[in-house]
Formats: sequence, structure tokens, C-alpha cells
Amino acid sequence: MSAIAFFGAIESGLLFGLVAFGVFIAFRVLDFPDLTVDGSFPLGAAVAATLIVSGWNPWVATAMAMVAGCMAGALTAWLNVRLQIMNLLASILTMIALYSINLRIMGKPNVALLGDETVLTPWEELDIAFYLISPILLTLVVLVVYFLLVRFMTSETGLAMRATGVNAKMARANGVHTGRLTIMGVALANGLVGLAGALFAQTQGTADVTMGVGTIVVGLAAVIGGEAIMSTRTIARWLFACLIGAILYRLAIAVALNTDALGLQAQDLNLITAVLVTLAIVMPRMKQLKRSGGAA
Amino acid sequence: MIEVKELHVTFGKGTPLENHALRGINLQIPEGQFVTVIGSNGAGKSTFLNSLAGEVMADTGSIAIDDQDVTRWPTNKRSGLVARVFQDPLAGTCESLSIEENMALALKRGQRRGLSRSMKKEYKELFQERLSRLGLGLEKRLGDRMGLLSGGQRQAVSLLMATLQPMKILLLDEHTAALDPKTAAFVLELTRDIIAEQQLTALMVTHSMRQALDVGDRTLMLHEGNIAFDVQGDEREGLDVPDLLALFSRNKGEELSDDSLLLG
Repeated sequence: MSAIAFFGAIESGLLFGLVAFGVFIAFRVLDFPDLTVDGSFPLGAAVAATLIVSGWNPWVATAMAMVAGCMAGALTAWLNVRLQIMNLLASILTMIALYSINLRIMGKPNVALLGDETVLTPWEELDIAFYLISPILLTLVVLVVYFLLVRFMTSETGLAMRATGVNAKMARANGVHTGRLTIMGVALANGLVGLAGALFAQTQGTADVTMGVGTIVVGLAAVIGGEAIMSTRTIARWLFACLIGAILYRLAIAVALNTDALGLQAQDLNLITAVLVTLAIVMPRMKQLKRSGGAA
Repeated sequence: MIEVKELHVTFGKGTPLENHALRGINLQIPEGQFVTVIGSNGAGKSTFLNSLAGEVMADTGSIAIDDQDVTRWPTNKRSGLVARVFQDPLAGTCESLSIEENMALALKRGQRRGLSRSMKKEYKELFQERLSRLGLGLEKRLGDRMGLLSGGQRQAVSLLMATLQPMKILLLDEHTAALDPKTAAFVLELTRDIIAEQQLTALMVTHSMRQALDVGDRTLMLHEGNIAFDVQGDEREGLDVPDLLALFSRNKGEELSDDSLLLG
């Protein structure tokens, strides 16, 4: 594998690390199966790209993308908490709605960022190989997000959010406003995915309305893969496992696609992902089943 | 002082499965009283507890705690006034969180939660001190996941968690029913000690008539959503299980025939 392919995989691994953080908050912390992600990823890209093209500061545009993601997540959770629509269905409704909204935001199916100033532009003047710029910048962003998330999850409110996902009745009995924290958590999750989408658009130089397809599966692959190979004893380690899972997943895909002997091509990506995720979900359960003597 | 007036709760109103679970309960519990509640299956014990906690909303009637009307308050809003230990050891704790995280969560019951760290050195010391009274060695296992503990250990910790913060009433929902006899006795003893030490107002649901008489200052029996009898003080002194049965048939004009109620 060439250095460019390798750092390309690292770059997208870091981006999907942000997605994995979001998926982790929804699926693991809140036990909320949230497919909004497939819509909030292109939403973040659409908002950032559209604002950048109309001359906004790229960091402000990125922040706005995050806010848009938060709003999408809050909508999903609100449909669930207030209108009592099943969580999975609520997220599908938002995801479908976002397809139209994303087209409205961009006014066309895709927006190119050729020659526009992005968050990467200031770095391009430095004496760094072009394929290293995004990985370095993304590493910084991901680390900041990681430390903020760990700090939040170990705070009083973060602990209450985790309890909401594990045992909502017990959380309520201890004074936790479970509905509010669910909305806050799903909003945060999609804000992170929106951030990932915004950065993806800027590193790839384009935002496309179809770019969200399968985001949730990749995010899940990262979370489940990370959990399978690393310790999840503390929240800090668990989040770190998600990040490593995302990077290793993209590296594994890059290796698979770059190994001619396997005969795999880019169009096989989704199939490989689906198989990997299925295996990662079933394997730990097989072990559990054996241990408990077959009783579910 | 807990004051319940004409409390009615109906589940599935207007459906074929309509269940009028509570039918006009009136009850006053003065501060510091320890009330035990018995009743056969479907008598409304759990519904009554849930309506005091806020998990079940009253159709009509009112609930006041220290003259404050809390009838329409949801569970989380009442949590500063009401603490709870559930019947199921799994229900009262978060199994995937550590012992100290569970306790830190309970330490903030009824208080505002901000962004400051949930774990502090002084909290850990407090948790260790409280856990050490159990004599189970749990004070050395603060970082262990709750799920690693046995049912009895979890109930004991739940009890400590419920009493970390002051409350107006402690609700115990058959909290020893899921335990083996020896562990149940241990948890019950701990319950009596803590209630006596902290002079708590408590309401304990139990399946055992014997236990209902042995523990606490007052015994209520619920039957078909209402109070069948209510004994305390001298009247309760020296009562035995057959007396309770007699009391029941005198008040209700029927024999009690339910195997689910332990007579022993």
C-alpha cells in the first residue's frame, strides 16, 4: 500500500472516529438505535459547503454544521420522547426528511469546494506533504473532541445520561430527567456526525446528497470492532476503543481493496462492511451463549 | 407527613382490560413512622408504591408530602422527597456502571446536576465508609461493575444508595422477596437499622404477614385497591398472623384465600 493510500485510510478513519463517537453515544450510552446519522452526515457536509461557497469563515461554517446536526438529532429524540414514536422509526423519519432538507440547503445534488477557503487552506501554505495535512488536522480535532467527551461523560450530567440508557426507571427515581437527557444525548451524537460530515466535505472538496448512505453501518462497525479488540472498562477506554475501531476498520478496508489477490473492488465495500459487522455482533454473543449453557 | 386522599388509579381506561387498581385510598403517615404493607397479588400494593413515587399518575385524588401537593409531579421531580428500593435487584442499580458510579448517581438524588466531575475524593471516602458497614468487603471494590455483585449485595447497596440523601419517605417494594432466606434476613436487618438510625419515614411492602408484624410501627393490608385494615400502637402489639386473618374477615366479611400471601 502506498503512503498516500495509507494516510488516506488514516484520514477517513479519523473522520469516522467522530461518527463512531456519535454512534457510541446513541447506541451504547443511551441504547437508542439512531439512523438519523445517515442524514446528519450529509447535512453537516451540505451546511458547511453551502456556507463556505457563500463566503463564510470555514470554522464558523463547520460549527454551524455541527449545530444543524444537533438539531436533526434533537428532532429524532423529540419524536421519540414527546410523541412516543418508536426510536428506530423516529430516526428513519428524520433521516428521510433530511434528504429533502439537504437538497434544499444545497439547491442541487452536490456542491464543489474547488478553490474555496476551507479549514485546510492555512495548512497548505506550510511545508507539509499534502497527504499529511488532513490527517494532522483531523488528529487534533478528534483529540479535542475525545477529551471533551470523556470529561462530559464523567460529569454529573454525563453520568446521569449513561444511567438513562442503562436503567431509565432507576435514573428517574434518582431525579434524572430522562426525556431531556435523551434529547440532549441524541442531539450531541448527531452534532458530532454533522461535524464529521462538514470536515469530510472539506477534505474531499465536495458535498453530495448521497454521501450519507451507510454512515451508520460504518459507525457501528467502528464501535463494535473497537469493543471486540480493546478494553471497555472505563468510559475513556471505551471511547478510545471506538476511535481505534474506526481507524482499523478503514485500514482493513484499504488493505482488502489494495490486495489484488483477493480480487475485491470498491463496489464490494458495503458487502464487506455488512459481513464484518454481522460477525462482530454475533461473535461475542456466541461466547456468551456457550458460557450460559445455551440459555438466552 | 405524607397525606393521601381519595386516590384512584385505573389502568387501560375504556378498554376491555380496564383495571381499577386503586379505589379511593386515604392514608396519613406521620413523620418517622415505619409502615408495613401486605396484600395478595393484585391488591394494589405495587401500584400504590408507584403512585407515591410518581411512576403512576393518579386519576383522581391527591398526594401531599409535607403539605406540598405532588399529585402531578413526575418521578424525577419527586426524587428529592421520595427514595426507593425496588423488588428486583436488577431494577434499582445500573449493572454496567461501577459501584462508585451507581453511588455517585444516587448521591445527587433530588439535586441539580451540572458539569462538575461526578467522582471526587471525598465522595469515594463517603462511599467506602458506608459500604464498610455491610461487612461484605465491597468498600475495596468501588470500581467493580454492579453486575458482578450478587442479588443480595446489590439490594444492600441499593439500600445504602437510597439513604445517601435525605428524603421524606423511603419506599421499599418487597425488596427482600427475590433473595434467599439468609440474605433476606441480612438485608431486612440492615433496613431496620438504617431506618432507626436515620429516623426515616418508610413504607415497606412485604409478602409475609409475619414480617409485616415483626417490623415497623404500623401495618396496613390492601385488598382490591383499598385498605382492608390498618393497625398500629397498642392494637398492633401482640397481634399474630391468625389475628390478622380474623381482622381481615371481620372488616371485609369474607375469608382470605390466597396462597400468594405467606402466612408464616
